[in-house]
Amino acid sequence: MLDADFFRRWMTATAASVEREAERLTELDSPIGDADHGSNLHRGFTAVAAVLEKEAPDTPGAVLVLAGRQLISTVGGASGPLYGTLLRRTGKALGDAAEVSEAQLTDALRAGVDAVMTLGGAAPGDKTMVDALVPAVDALAESFAAARAAAEEGASATTPLQARKGRASYLGERSIGHQDPGATSAALLIAALATTADTEAADV
Amino acid sequence: MSEEKRVGIVLVSHSAAVAASVAELARGLAGAGAFVPVAPAGGTEDGGLGTSAELISAAAASVDRGAGVAVLTDLGSAVLTVKALLAEGDELPADTRLVDAPFVEGAVAAVVTASTGADLTAVAAAASEAYTYRKE
Repeated sequence: MLDADFFRRWMTATAASVEREAERLTELDSPIGDADHGSNLHRGFTAVAAVLEKEAPDTPGAVLVLAGRQLISTVGGASGPLYGTLLRRTGKALGDAAEVSEAQLTDALRAGVDAVMTLGGAAPGDKTMVDALVPAVDALAESFAAARAAAEEGASATTPLQARKGRASYLGERSIGHQDPGATSAALLIAALATTADTEAADV
Repeated sequence: MSEEKRVGIVLVSHSAAVAASVAELARGLAGAGAFVPVAPAGGTEDGGLGTSAELISAAAASVDRGAGVAVLTDLGSAVLTVKALLAEGDELPADTRLVDAPFVEGAVAAVVTASTGADLTAVAAAASEAYTYRKE
């Protein structure tokens, strides 16, 4: 079972990973976006880590709802409301249970990903974060490690696609040949989840 | 109708200058003496390009006269941020609506319509109708 502490460590691990990779995310966002994905997400997840330390919510759902709220108010670009909605909707789907199972997390994350697709109007294949998140949720039923691999594969698979959503979509064919920054950061979020689960297993 | 019952209008742009200028344009075209609470919410809090949820919430609160608030936006993250704030439930005044309209033309139509004392539905409809005005 996964408790609030597990979810706090997932968010902290994501913040650390985004900080490490911020430059790479911004580089990926230079040819097809406005070169701020790394700095925007870094600002957002730094705020998430800070607020979780200060407020220490005591259920998994409350951790994710608070984190999502923080992303919406601090990121400044489209990734704010998108990641914010992902985490908040996932958190709401988890309800107020003190601990949740991996199966419950999988179902809740699926609800979160569905909410992101509704908000942004993106489907798999549009060269967005959805291309990493959908396969990750599908693989999460198997294991955290499988979800990480699926997310990374999904992010890599955006390279040959033509963007159909967001600023990159204005570039038409010129968006082809670049890995999508949003799918790349989504893979970091899922990788941080798998890392947190690994640490958990090692502790037991 | 008293000033208190006017529909409020929030203009959300990635740029503070664009939001402020469109607000000025719409107010100017609404005519002398017509009062409509209009607030720009442009750029990020530190003055950069982008969208700020805090500025949007503050702008909506500042124009709320109890008759509803119409929010018009420009690009991607502005639209998504307003939708996300509406989904939060308590971040914007109770009767706040994201209006599907072209930013500049819609803002003018919304402010002129609101200046007549029209309700939120009429203001939103007038702004959306601006999409149907063809330029060729």
